[in-house]
Amino acid sequence: MSANLTAKTPTAAPSGGKDKAGDSLLQLMLDGLRRNMRQYGMLIALGLIVVLFAVWTSGDLLLPRNVSNLVLQNSYILILAIGMMLVIIAGHIDLSVGSLTAFVGAAAAVLMVDHKMAWPLAVVLVLLLGAVAGAMQGYLIAYLGIPSFIVTLAGMLLFRGLTEIFLKGQTVGPFPDGLQTVANGFLPAVGPDTNYHNLTLLLGLALIAFVVYQEVRDRKRQQEFALDVLPAKLFALKLTALIAAVLTVTMLLASYNGAPVVLLILGVLVVGFGYVMRNAIIGRHVYAIGGNLPAAKLSGVKDKKVVFLVFLNMGMMAALAGLVFAARFNAASPKAGINFELEAIAASFIGGASMSGGVGTVLGAIIGGLVLGVLNNGMNLVGVGSDWQQVIKGLVLLAAVGFDVWNKRKVGS
Amino acid sequence: MAGPVLDMRSIVKTFPGVKALSDVSLTVRQGEVHAICGENGAGKSTLMKVLSGVHPHGSYEGEILFQGEPCHFKDIRASERRGIVIIHQELALVPYLSLAENIFLGNEHAKHGVISWRDTLRHATELLRRVGLSDHPETRVADIGVGKQQLVEIAKALSKEVKLLILDEPTAALNDEDSGKLLDLILELKTQGITSIIISHKLNEIERVADSVTILRDGRSIETLDVKAAQTTEERIINGMVGRDLEHRFPERTPHEAEAGSAPALEIRDWTVRHPIDQQRKVVDSVSIQVRRGEIVGIAGLMGAGRTELAMSVFGRTYGRYAGGTVLKDGKEIRTKTVPEAVAHGIAYVTEDRKHYGLNLIDTITRNITLSALPKVAGRGIVDEHGERKVAEGFRRSMNIKAPNVFERVGRLSGGNQQKVVLSKWIFAGPDVLILDEPTRGIDVGAKYEIYTVIDRLAAEGKAVVFISSELPELLGMCDRIYTMAAGRLTGEVARAEATQEVLMRQMTKDKREER
Repeated sequence: MSANLTAKTPTAAPSGGKDKAGDSLLQLMLDGLRRNMRQYGMLIALGLIVVLFAVWTSGDLLLPRNVSNLVLQNSYILILAIGMMLVIIAGHIDLSVGSLTAFVGAAAAVLMVDHKMAWPLAVVLVLLLGAVAGAMQGYLIAYLGIPSFIVTLAGMLLFRGLTEIFLKGQTVGPFPDGLQTVANGFLPAVGPDTNYHNLTLLLGLALIAFVVYQEVRDRKRQQEFALDVLPAKLFALKLTALIAAVLTVTMLLASYNGAPVVLLILGVLVVGFGYVMRNAIIGRHVYAIGGNLPAAKLSGVKDKKVVFLVFLNMGMMAALAGLVFAARFNAASPKAGINFELEAIAASFIGGASMSGGVGTVLGAIIGGLVLGVLNNGMNLVGVGSDWQQVIKGLVLLAAVGFDVWNKRKVGS
Repeated sequence: MAGPVLDMRSIVKTFPGVKALSDVSLTVRQGEVHAICGENGAGKSTLMKVLSGVHPHGSYEGEILFQGEPCHFKDIRASERRGIVIIHQELALVPYLSLAENIFLGNEHAKHGVISWRDTLRHATELLRRVGLSDHPETRVADIGVGKQQLVEIAKALSKEVKLLILDEPTAALNDEDSGKLLDLILELKTQGITSIIISHKLNEIERVADSVTILRDGRSIETLDVKAAQTTEERIINGMVGRDLEHRFPERTPHEAEAGSAPALEIRDWTVRHPIDQQRKVVDSVSIQVRRGEIVGIAGLMGAGRTELAMSVFGRTYGRYAGGTVLKDGKEIRTKTVPEAVAHGIAYVTEDRKHYGLNLIDTITRNITLSALPKVAGRGIVDEHGERKVAEGFRRSMNIKAPNVFERVGRLSGGNQQKVVLSKWIFAGPDVLILDEPTRGIDVGAKYEIYTVIDRLAAEGKAVVFISSELPELLGMCDRIYTMAAGRLTGEVARAEATQEVLMRQMTKDKREER
């Protein structure tokens, strides 16, 4: 193995430094793709799915109104997927989030509709309720050592039942306007009339600046440590693609009603959790626990506390998703959130999580969630029945994880 | 007695990178009890795995004759069909099945796939009686003690009409009484014409049951002695086990003179730990040791001596059940109930099993090194990735970790380099006391020398080092003082000047329990 490593070093270093003039861009792309399959595989799959359905629906998929819808339709699953990703990285699972979503929606309805509580106060209370529910499950899992599968399976039944008890089997609504705007509305229109939504344009440009800055800084740092970086040509191509993608979405949203408020919330969550998982000590500890629990324990990681916090966080995310979902449909229903846990889990695995834990990124969860979301939306537009939709989603999940397993075995790590 | 029942000729077995057996020959006579002894890693277990087909024919060189006929076993079942049954150190019983079900597992009394419980129970009762057990055959294995479980394993072997019974350290996990019963049973089976091979560290055991003993050393068979002959003494066996020359494989080391007066950096007093499941067993029994700053203190012992258990239970009670004892740091009693507490008091434990307890193999070198002391490269809970990389780069250079960069996954490194990463991780934590558990296990000679140099440097910097090792030469080459342990007890303390392999081995094979 060591011979292998020493042999690899000299070839790896120069390929990062400068480009070989003779290589065509396509050659470079294929090369880069082969080496970073894991990183880009799902992103490319997402791109292909988008193109496929755009063609199949003769462009309907990418109509401004539909893109806006896509975000609104999937926001709650994406919120759940972020929390679920952390749970799975820590080596656990949470089956209760679908029921918890419904339960929290019910609690919100009872507070806001039945008791006429001011909606911002009710939101805070409901988020706390989610955190408490998550903390209770986390306590049983982390401190009492009951397997998370069992605890959250029980939670799934328990919260579903409590929801029905709370709502007395009925649908309760409508929610106050303020909450509806947050869950279903768009950013306010400001500035001169440009035919586009100005605030959305600004946000889009800011996002582009942020992404470019991040990418360039990462590349510089990696070069500083003589790491293998993408060849300059390919890096430029990657940047262009990123900018184009962000710009397209921005223009599409800006030419309709502007960016939905939940998109902003999602953005904050992705950046925030991404940062914590990558840069905070607690994030490191989550990866360490999932990667090798005994080794993490022997390194002084407070594994129980970390697992507890991960589940507490999952509860809070489920509460947020529950609020968004209830407000979007303007009613709390006993049948809300059914199968949401499975969608979130599928999104995490499609996005690169591993059954054994220790692997995955927040962005991966989002990409996985979008793959499912675009599939749902596209198939609806084309008119595929829900029977076949499930079959296809099942196959996609199987293919994504199967590809991952195959790719890992091929790389031999 | 009769001629040879088993003849293994010039067996050579190579694993990728390691020659486990370089030339072993073994001749066992019909109806005898044949002991095999040797240090950890001498090749005893490998040899038995070759014999029983765990390592199939073709994966080794050499010839095996059983009852005069050549053997080409492709798996364990093939060897069992010929009546060769091996009982591993780790018992292979299913805890939640009954004794009877275990005895006939894979060999059920059945017709057309349906088990006949009448035959099973009748036959099981018979077999259990033969090994001296009167328990009901429908008792679950989990409900009987380890001693009895060992006997059930033998009953299982008898059910396969065993002709040659191989026992790999059968008494390692047993108490005196159970050991005695087991040894009696082996002698009893001998009168029934069953030949046994017994792997053991315990010389008194060998003297009690064996007719002849073959000594292995570094993958070679050194000699076979007749135990009953007058010239076969413990001395003779010990010499055979350790008699290899010391090469210059260690850095020049100025032995540390303990300064009188100053309190030891780490002192452990009357430490006792019980087995996590079998609570009757004391795995560590009132052990007291101390180590001073700048000193390297060895702990020698054979498998099951309780060295790792001692270290892990002191380090945040990560093994077994605490049953008494105190830990003192610089003369003051400290709490080490959790790993963070132990680390905060400046204690580091470098595990013997780096893959399971030391490293997150799917993560990078950098992240593995900083894991135990992340606050050192972080402010307000946020890791400074730049500072972290610098730390990792520093260790890559100073420890000579061979990797293309510090973002390489640890799972892709060689054993020696992985070991350097584990060491770096604990050096980075900045401890005063380092407990190193088999720090050179499974790594090549060159890397070993580098690790020794690092250990020497740590001691020179004033750290206290506890060095647990099964390789006597490395303890002799590195340590200022060496404690010996056997069966959970401290059996001796030897200064560098008096230490020889023979002296240590004698104390390591002393079974204190029998002296009482």
